Amino acid sequence: MIRFEQVVKTFPDGTTAVDHLSLEAPTGKITVLVGPSGCGKTTSLRMINRMIDPTGGRILIDDQDVMDVDAPKLRRGIGYVIQHAGLFPHRTVADNVATVPLLLGTPKAEAKERAHEVLELVGLPGDFADRYPAQLSGGQQQRVGVARALAADPPVMLMDEPFSAVDPVVRDQLQDEFLRLQSELGKTIVFVTHDIDEAIKLGDQVAVMRVGGKLAQLAEPAYLLAHPIDDFVSDFIGRDRGYRALSFTESPRLPLAPEPSVALGATVDEARAATGDDWLLVVADGRPQGWIEPERITAPIEQGMLHRGGTVATEHGPLRAALDAALSSPSRRGVIVDDDGKLLGTVRAHQVLSAIERADRPEVHEEDIAPTESVGEAAP
Amino acid sequence: MILTDTWKWLVDGANWSGTDGILHRLEQHVIYTLITLAISCLIALPLGSWIAHTGHGRWLVSLANAVRAVPSLGLLCILGIWASSHISGDLALTGPSIAVLVVLALPPLLAGAYAGVTEVDPAARDAAKGMGMTGAQVFAKVELPNSLPLVFSGLRSASLQVIATATIAAFLGIGGLGRFLLDGQASGEYQVMIGGSVLVAVLALLVDLLFALAQRYLVSPGLTGRRVRRHTAGTGTGNLDPATNLDGEKATA
Ligand SMILES: Nc1ncnc2c1ncn2[C@@H]1O[C@H](COP(=O)(O)OP(=O)(O)OP(=O)(O)O)[C@@H](O)[C@H]1O
Ligand SMILES: [Mg+2]
Repeated sequence: MIRFEQVVKTFPDGTTAVDHLSLEAPTGKITVLVGPSGCGKTTSLRMINRMIDPTGGRILIDDQDVMDVDAPKLRRGIGYVIQHAGLFPHRTVADNVATVPLLLGTPKAEAKERAHEVLELVGLPGDFADRYPAQLSGGQQQRVGVARALAADPPVMLMDEPFSAVDPVVRDQLQDEFLRLQSELGKTIVFVTHDIDEAIKLGDQVAVMRVGGKLAQLAEPAYLLAHPIDDFVSDFIGRDRGYRALSFTESPRLPLAPEPSVALGATVDEARAATGDDWLLVVADGRPQGWIEPERITAPIEQGMLHRGGTVATEHGPLRAALDAALSSPSRRGVIVDDDGKLLGTVRAHQVLSAIERADRPEVHEEDIAPTESVGEAAP
Repeated sequence: MILTDTWKWLVDGANWSGTDGILHRLEQHVIYTLITLAISCLIALPLGSWIAHTGHGRWLVSLANAVRAVPSLGLLCILGIWASSHISGDLALTGPSIAVLVVLALPPLLAGAYAGVTEVDPAARDAAKGMGMTGAQVFAKVELPNSLPLVFSGLRSASLQVIATATIAAFLGIGGLGRFLLDGQASGEYQVMIGGSVLVAVLALLVDLLFALAQRYLVSPGLTGRRVRRHTAGTGTGNLDPATNLDGEKATA
């Protein structure tokens, strides 16, 4: 656990970058610091591993004041992913990744082996290891940056906008991989971003900071979307809050209707006999593949003939996915599958909506109802 | 024909031996050059890195560059005259000569070391610290290797400068290949003068070639963008993505 206690940082030029920040980053969880540019996120993060020393208050890692630990030693025990990767240009990818293990005295061969392992973990197969950073794309460099921070298997990771230098598609992919990795590794992570969507997607809890280095609100993502504490936070979170919050509400048992379906390869007659409706679901191995219109086909069903606009939601997935499945389906019936991806049935938008109406909204914390002067205080 | 005379002079074995011979003169020239480069490196490399590291004393780099504008022959004469009246023995001649050569070698070396360390990617330096390197480790493991391309270009221009100027030092009577130019002129044997110049040029080229080889060996391919040979033979995918590969020959040119 990392604890900020009334931490202040005033730079020699008089800029107060962080102002009486108090928060806790729980063990094994992702805490995201988010806020507009210049609000003190990076400064806060870098005070944890003493890249910057606070001018007031203290930071504790597992009840140990970081100022009591020798700085280089402290840093070797904390994974640090630097904004824009910051790889060593003169070292190969593998040598970059092996940096901290080597500093800790791990034998060369072992460190090298470990580097390959971690690279595999972040999705960079063997033949990347001997390249130099200049030969990698931005996204690959960021993966190496993450691998380098992971190499010594530190319990704590600090990540400063690690996915900022890539296009949205790659970023989404990196985020998904990051979440998968974290579910295996269970590190204590402090993650900095200025992208609220990234914060909401990745954070177990999100700390919204305002310019001047003050904490505006600390809450779980769903709670943040449902109960922004003031205008600053609600403006920062942006639009579609209600819809986005559905991502965090697990679907209750939805009233599923059985859906007629045919397998790929079914003939025109089989398809027409299967349903009286305009649209018919096509499956392969029990897994939904897409929709067709039986009246319009003239040949046995092939992959290429399918309408693929519809999304598919899993039974216990978020309500947002179920609603989206219904809204995106050409037949207006949203396809629901089980955890193996096998068809369970379909659900209509109004049914999802009534499930939404019945679903619990995050409880309002008492202290959030009437915001007092002490906006810096966090919701637990 | 002057060129054939020069050629005859160069290939005549008799001209190569003895205390006035080419070999001995060459040896003197190389020794002066090496001593000068060694002294200058010992001064300029730590100093340049220190200036870059701390930001103190940047004026020294500017001063060194200003010194370049002073004509080397004039400097040499003044120092020589001063030294001959203050110092006795061999040192009276070699001392000032080497001092002048060092003064000439310092600016490119200092500039190279300074620029080399200054231009290390701040993010890489920051990362090194963030990974838990001590100040000395950051210097040895990141700043130094990253500054090598510019350090080498400083070293190479310093060595060319020194080899050329050591020729002039013959005026002070310290020997070296410059003697052939003096003696040749005195006796009207132009083939000796030209032969001496050719030898200086060839020496300069050879030394530069040696440094180029050393540079190729010591500087990380990650910095020069040289094609990296892949050890995973047989995959057939050894070629790098041309879009992300840097300009192949830039750094060795
Ligand atoms: N070394 C420094 N000296 C003086 N002021 C500084 C220094 N470093 C940062 N600041 C100031 O402190 C404030 C917070 O900076 P910080 O880098 O923590 O912001 P940030 O939230 O990470 O912003 P961004 O999203 O742009 O990275 C800014 O106003 C910045 O100008
Ligand atoms: Mg920042």
